[in-house]
Amino acid sequence: MAYTEEELKKELETKEYEYGFYTELDADTFPKGLSADIVRAISKKKNEPEWMTEWRLDAFRIWESMSEPEWANVRYKKPEFQDISYYSAPKKADPTKSLDDVDPDLLEMYRKLGISVDEQKRLQNVAVDIVVDSVSVATTFQKTLEEKGILFMPISEAIHKHPDLVKKYMGTVVPKKDNFYAALNSAVFTDGSFCYIPKGVKCPMELSTYFRINEGGTGQFERTLVIADESSYVSYLEGCTAPSRDENQLHAAVVELIALDDAEIKYSTVQNWFPGDSEGKGGVYNFVTKRGLCEKNAKISWTQVETGSAITWKYPSCILKGNNSVGEFYSIAVTNNHQQADTGTKMVHLGKNTKSTIISKGISAGKSQNSYRGLVQINSRAENARNFSQCDSLLMGNECGAHTFPYIEAKNKSAQVEHEATTSKIGEDQIFYCNQRGIDTEKAIALIVNGFSKEVLNKLPMEFAVEAQKLLEISLEGSVG
Amino acid sequence: MRQADAVNRELFTENDKNMSLKEKLISSFMAFENNVDVDHPVHDVRTEAIKNFEAKGFPTKKEEAWKYTSLNSLQKVDFSIFPKQQNALEYKDVKKYFLHEIDSYKIVFIDGIYSSFLSETTHDGVDICLMSSALTKPMYKQIIDVYFNKVASKDESLTTLNTAFSREGAYIYIPKNKMPKKPVEIVHFATGNEAALMLQPRNLIIVEENAEVQIIERHQSLTSNEVLTNSVTEIFAAESAIVDYYKIQNDNATASLIDNTYINQKGKSNVNVHTFSFGGKLTRNNLNFFQNGEYMDSTMKGITILGEKQHVDHHTLVHHIEPNCESHQDYKGIYGENSTGVFNGKIIVDKIAQKTNAFQQNNNILISDKATINTKPQLEIFADDVKCSHGCTIGQLDEDAMFYLQSRGIPRREAQALLMYAFANNVLESVRIPELKTRINKLIAKKLGVNLGFDL
Repeated sequence: MAYTEEELKKELETKEYEYGFYTELDADTFPKGLSADIVRAISKKKNEPEWMTEWRLDAFRIWESMSEPEWANVRYKKPEFQDISYYSAPKKADPTKSLDDVDPDLLEMYRKLGISVDEQKRLQNVAVDIVVDSVSVATTFQKTLEEKGILFMPISEAIHKHPDLVKKYMGTVVPKKDNFYAALNSAVFTDGSFCYIPKGVKCPMELSTYFRINEGGTGQFERTLVIADESSYVSYLEGCTAPSRDENQLHAAVVELIALDDAEIKYSTVQNWFPGDSEGKGGVYNFVTKRGLCEKNAKISWTQVETGSAITWKYPSCILKGNNSVGEFYSIAVTNNHQQADTGTKMVHLGKNTKSTIISKGISAGKSQNSYRGLVQINSRAENARNFSQCDSLLMGNECGAHTFPYIEAKNKSAQVEHEATTSKIGEDQIFYCNQRGIDTEKAIALIVNGFSKEVLNKLPMEFAVEAQKLLEISLEGSVG
Repeated sequence: MRQADAVNRELFTENDKNMSLKEKLISSFMAFENNVDVDHPVHDVRTEAIKNFEAKGFPTKKEEAWKYTSLNSLQKVDFSIFPKQQNALEYKDVKKYFLHEIDSYKIVFIDGIYSSFLSETTHDGVDICLMSSALTKPMYKQIIDVYFNKVASKDESLTTLNTAFSREGAYIYIPKNKMPKKPVEIVHFATGNEAALMLQPRNLIIVEENAEVQIIERHQSLTSNEVLTNSVTEIFAAESAIVDYYKIQNDNATASLIDNTYINQKGKSNVNVHTFSFGGKLTRNNLNFFQNGEYMDSTMKGITILGEKQHVDHHTLVHHIEPNCESHQDYKGIYGENSTGVFNGKIIVDKIAQKTNAFQQNNNILISDKATINTKPQLEIFADDVKCSHGCTIGQLDEDAMFYLQSRGIPRREAQALLMYAFANNVLESVRIPELKTRINKLIAKKLGVNLGFDL
């Protein structure tokens, strides 16, 4: 349904504001570039209230004054920020429609990728808030959740329906000026998920969002806000796959988790964006800021399986503010070919008797570089803080690299911190043992890698664990030699 | 007298405002040139180095390597760069700073100037003498050409600052298959002749094939006047050479030390560096190992016991360049009062350095709520068939063990000291000079404020 130039011109004329937009294949796309006007236009496009527009503009001004971080152990061609379109939405998306009204073509695309919305609806008891490019297109199980008082909706909707909650919490864990990409996201985020679990409610199902990037040359800026009120529990799943693209695509998301007293949030991610081809061409740039705040007795657990993206720059963190709060981080990062990952976590112990656990497994193959970068900070008032960190690296082949940068800062004498790291390769004897028993080398490696990562895989919800295991196998295919 | 001091101080602060330490150093370079042979090839190295320092300046906290250590307060002090007069010391007054129980070669400097009276050098088979003669006398030219400034960094700003002003220090050359009869002590005294003194000793140690040497280095300030030492030591260990280097850092609270040590090892050699940091205002140890060969072993161990407002920063780098080598790191730290400890250990394993075994261990005990420890054990690995591990802990003394000792009549303080002793002891195990071990033991006991009636 490509527009002719004339039609495009006509459409531009009839639009309400002068910025116009470029449309192809049914997607609204803004012209490339970023300015205060574009930020205003995004806000207007989403019919946002005045305070939100101001919030974005403030973030934009902060962003303008910042420069890109260079400390990460990744090398890449910097994205040209004025060459990215900051808004793109599939045209047929209409969040108010029921699942049946969703564009059948879109549903077909998901089915191909193995995520069938309707099947999940019936069989898996998973409510899915699908995000294609930047706008939620289908939200299931809304009713079941509503009965419990759980709010699960696109963040753009939440801005209208629950401005008090959004105002109160957005930007509190990841402030606008936190870092370059967080500021960028705060200025231009197009959509994302919002979730609120009321006091004492245990969310009966896994909440899940599948992110997609399917528009060439567009950046995706998701914003997720999960609030677990006192004594509540929620398990949140985020999964990603992206179709092949030649251009590097920028993804700068922000995820904020807030666990109030006695609440628990479990946040799991499987990330499988396009990693670029075997020559290192293309692939997604994934610059994500994820952070959670734990109040008294609260617990936040991050689990991630990172197999995709050309560049990953991601540090899901926990601020253990309340006494007796717990932070966990379980991660598997697999890099192959020319992928580069710099990932890890930050555990900031502020409250008394706070505990944190870090288990990180890095697997590098091909010509990839895999870094663990973590910070464990024990504040002077954080009595009896406890941390255990373990980061293991597995190297396949001698053209890849594994790096560890653990920062440990302790200011309290009662702190107990342990950090361990090992680097090794898959032993020839291990492979030989498997070969002898009729398991071919590729399978043997999958088996060993699986064993190596089991500790983390076990932390994933069931249906995710299966998918993740498959992913590990696929991403390491052809790395044996 | 008091008043004069006060006026003086005011003048100094006035001076500070006008001229930073960096500017002062750069302008002093010209004065320095009047006193050295500017036609000597070494001087080209110096000129190159001062250019680099001029471009880079002092490192700031914005640099990753200096994230936890600030040199700002030191730069505010108006350091004298060249001591004006020589000060003599009586041996009996400084005897306790030497390992006097055994005989040793001694290279002693007072306020940066060589003291022939306190020293005992030799040219008998081995050269244990002065950097100044090595840099000026023609007979050493060949060696200087091959080794001087060859392993030291050419872009790290403090190292290049030292290179620019390199003139004096210890020069040790051990020829093939030789071993000096006794250990070598390198001792630097600061007497407080100047209100604030900056010293920049430069040492060069060359140990040829199958030769062996033991060196003890110590910096000691005898006054409460400020001293800043920016030292660079280059060590070259040829095939099958053995080098034992002991650094004793137990200076008083107004003395700061930046120690840059660069070690170039060849195949089958064995270099051990032990660092005992018990004092000083700010101590920064940059210890760099470059393994250019196969089947060698590098060991770096350290005990750090701090109190008051002391700050010690250990930065180690082991670069595994070729296959089949080992490295061992073991740093123990005990931090009390307002002290700060930093450990940054970096291991790089190159692509071809297969079968590398690299171990790194950093254990810390915090005994005060105001003490801080920042540690960053870092691995960068590019080869797949390696065994690399690092471990790092921060903890306290075991309360159960304390109770056990106390219930057997050992007072709390002694019990504490005993446990700390045990904690640090495996670092001492590898000290190969027994008298030195005893000495360190005593220093530890003194530092912990106890009198243990036994030798470990």
